[in-house]
Amino acid sequence: MSIEVRIPTILRQHTKGEKLVSGEGETLAELFDHLDAANNGLKARVVTEEGALHRFVNVYINDEDVRFIGGLEAKLSDGDQVTILPAVAGGM
Amino acid sequence: MARFDDITATVGDTPLVGLPRLSPSPEVRLWAKLEGANPTGSVKDRVAAKMIEAAEADGLLHPGATILEPTSGNTGIGVAMIARRKGYKLVAVMPENTSLERRQLLSAFGAEIVFSPAAGGSNAAVAKARAMAAERPDWVMLNQYANPANAAAHYEGTAPELLRDLPEITHFVAGLGTTATLMGVGRYLREHAPGVQIVAAEPRYGELVYGLRNLDEGFVPELYDEKVLDRRLSVGTEDALRRTREVLSEEGLFVGLSTGAVLHAGLQIAKEAAKAGRTADIALLVADGGWKYLSTGAYSDVLDDAVGALDGQVWA
Repeated sequence: MSIEVRIPTILRQHTKGEKLVSGEGETLAELFDHLDAANNGLKARVVTEEGALHRFVNVYINDEDVRFIGGLEAKLSDGDQVTILPAVAGGM
Repeated sequence: MARFDDITATVGDTPLVGLPRLSPSPEVRLWAKLEGANPTGSVKDRVAAKMIEAAEADGLLHPGATILEPTSGNTGIGVAMIARRKGYKLVAVMPENTSLERRQLLSAFGAEIVFSPAAGGSNAAVAKARAMAAERPDWVMLNQYANPANAAAHYEGTAPELLRDLPEITHFVAGLGTTATLMGVGRYLREHAPGVQIVAAEPRYGELVYGLRNLDEGFVPELYDEKVLDRRLSVGTEDALRRTREVLSEEGLFVGLSTGAVLHAGLQIAKEAAKAGRTADIALLVADGGWKYLSTGAYSDVLDDAVGALDGQVWA
């Protein structure tokens, strides 16, 4: 089981500058726990103390916003791609 | 009747056209609502007209007043046109990484442009506009990200038109920027056509646009309510560009890049419906035509070059 995770510039201080890291987990929550072991502090930037996604962080599994597919309990499969992005104002 | 008192009266009532070649089958059909048919060529004419009307009704705008607005282009162009017609001034705060045509059009309509830094994209434009507004209390900031008139333009205009022209609608797909199109149309369809799926296609830009100094500088538009959406799909620059070209070559539709993202999401939904044996009538919101993006090479360069050129741009 391997999940590829794309890290935004703003969080790469936790991944030794790496843009792409890989992790494991049956759910997004498990993936973040797994990633945190190797990338100290990453989870705390993405998940609040109350156990929700940070308001200004968006996470996508294969381009689907996880808030619509179960949030941190969203299921993962081998080969999935996870993308973390800060929430920014789009074009207008 | 195609006779109007003045240009501002031509906003809205845009055509809905079928996309027979891109639709997977007669049971799963894609439709495009062509907002490029509005007077300045984008869906934002609806928004500009409604926000200005609301500000006038609230007594905020008087003849000669100055409007201030953060915009990556389309809203500013729409506001500039109506401002010119009605005798207001416009100061548009725009990220420096937007297309040349948008700047030229704003200037042509008489707007003054103030640039915000490329890094941080529209976030930086919003922040700069807020700082300027604090210094100039006499200026009127319409604030499309928080202005209920923005969503109302779609609730009262875009959505009823859609349902009138496509009563069998099963899905509505639009780009996510201020979120107002999805909020306004989504709420109307939930009330009048329960069961319709509301799907956001969110442009995924190059890294520069997400270049915040810290996460607390992040931004979620005040208008956004995730309960109105069923699904939110992120679409990268290359997919958006590829689809923009596909709808041009297959259907003869010359559209802007945000429509490429919307089409990419719409085709995924169409594929899923066809595979599951369901019928579907999927309405795609075409926010603008391709005219303002010609200088980016989006339609003419080798695909990889065009993707590279758009990488750091706020292309939707």
